[in-house]
Amino acid sequence: MKFEKRSDGQYLLDVKGYVCPHPQLYTKKALGRLQAGEVLEVQFDNPSSGESIATMCDNTGDEILDRKQEAGLFVWQIRKI
Amino acid sequence: MSEAKRKFWAFAIVAVLVLVSAGTYLYHEYYLYLSVYLWFGVVYGMCLQYGRFCFSSAFRDLFAVGVPRMAVGIMIAIALFGLVGAFVSATGLSTFHSAPTSLHAVIAGFIFGVGMCFAGGCASGSMYKTGEGNMNAAIVILSISITQAIFVDVGGWTNSLVPEAWKASAAAKGLPASITVSDGWVDQYLAGYIWDQPVLSFASMLGWTDHSVAGAFVGNFLLGVVLPGALLLVVVYLFWSRRAFMRKRLPAGTRAAGWRDELAGYGAMIVASKRTAIAGLALGIAAGLHMYAIQGLRVKYGVKNAGTLLERLGFDFGLSVNGTVFDPGYWYVTTQEAQWVGWVMHKLGWNQMDNIFFGFNNGIPNPLINPADWMSISLFGGAAIMALLHNEFKFKKPTLETAVWAIIGGALMGIGSRLGLGCNVGAFFVRVSQGDPSGWLFGLGMVGGAYIGVKFFNWWTERRMAREFAAS
Repeated sequence: MKFEKRSDGQYLLDVKGYVCPHPQLYTKKALGRLQAGEVLEVQFDNPSSGESIATMCDNTGDEILDRKQEAGLFVWQIRKI
Repeated sequence: MSEAKRKFWAFAIVAVLVLVSAGTYLYHEYYLYLSVYLWFGVVYGMCLQYGRFCFSSAFRDLFAVGVPRMAVGIMIAIALFGLVGAFVSATGLSTFHSAPTSLHAVIAGFIFGVGMCFAGGCASGSMYKTGEGNMNAAIVILSISITQAIFVDVGGWTNSLVPEAWKASAAAKGLPASITVSDGWVDQYLAGYIWDQPVLSFASMLGWTDHSVAGAFVGNFLLGVVLPGALLLVVVYLFWSRRAFMRKRLPAGTRAAGWRDELAGYGAMIVASKRTAIAGLALGIAAGLHMYAIQGLRVKYGVKNAGTLLERLGFDFGLSVNGTVFDPGYWYVTTQEAQWVGWVMHKLGWNQMDNIFFGFNNGIPNPLINPADWMSISLFGGAAIMALLHNEFKFKKPTLETAVWAIIGGALMGIGSRLGLGCNVGAFFVRVSQGDPSGWLFGLGMVGGAYIGVKFFNWWTERRMAREFAAS
């Protein structure tokens, strides 16, 4: 697992290789540490985690700005509300 | 991988399965029986992958991230399977038999629930993820299989842990001499305790038979599935879905929520994840039709178990002392996985035919002609087909950390499966759907296990995230 600050208000969470529940748990914990308006890029390759992360954001109100998918790799941009 | 390549591999899998079915049928029509398992396995694999259908997620994600989508999807699948199962039961063609009911199901479910949290998926979830190319999930399957095969035959010092009452009861069962019932913890647990527990259904508790219309539809389906399922979803709605729905529907200070709002919220929760709901519908219907198809073939061929067909085909190795093999007649997962390893161990010199699980009940036929194995292998294939077609197939190597979780989780699921006489599919999904109260007890245990598993991973991930955040 890798979590790093890329620039002001931009963070990266790399949870490639992890299966449930790690990607959604790390995403929840990372978003919990961000300030409102900051953006988290989540990279994961466990498809089922995407369903959980999407519903979690829907519940919390956090906004998924972009979802990219290529060859089993998912790259999502999430803005903390 | 390009789209053309992905399509090629998806169709290649279908072509291989068609060739297996057609070729074996041309060799002998009895192989149609195995092919029914095979094609339902494909359907299960496709549905599981399409809906990201994981029983572990149903319980774990409620506690971990407050997401109810899979709990809802599973309830839809259970209700549909229950409805189709009620039709099949009422026609007298059900292959289902209730399991003994006692506290053991809760304990087994708890161990299984902790295991599926550690493993990152339940038994069926790990199978479809293996089909997606996830080698971590393959380790889970291997761990479940090896643990079961060892656990059911382990004797020695574990015999001293067996209560005297179990020993006496097991010895009194009069099992064949080839089954060494006094040597083996699981043997004495099964013959000395489990077999003495009551076998119930909601229909039988109300005085109906499972095959009567009232028993099948009112007892087992309405009272055993629909009512508790709907109540459980009300709890899920109130605790995990209502707040977010009302926040969007009723902005602060507009008005108080009324019954229409609550019903709209409940409905919105049901259809929140279309993929999961669609997969649940398809799984439920397929699981019911599977029972119907297998029982139809049993009637056609005049058999009660596939062991007779294998014997007629000239395969006599690996049949149980009763001449049977594992042939549930519906969706099942863990037993055939144990049989793979049991067969290998037996071939390597570890006698696996002297215990009840293999030697008396399920046998260890060659995996190539094991009906339930055809279902499991094709489940991998069905999941791979769906993953390839949706650009979600990715070969993933495990890391040391994830491999350790997979081995521990798989081992706990293997032990839980054997104590509970099935996994999340056989001991929970199928039993609950068919009105067997022991299924709900196993589910209760799984919820408890998932809660403990989530507590552990909350602590683990919090620790790591705090470290990473401090360094960022």
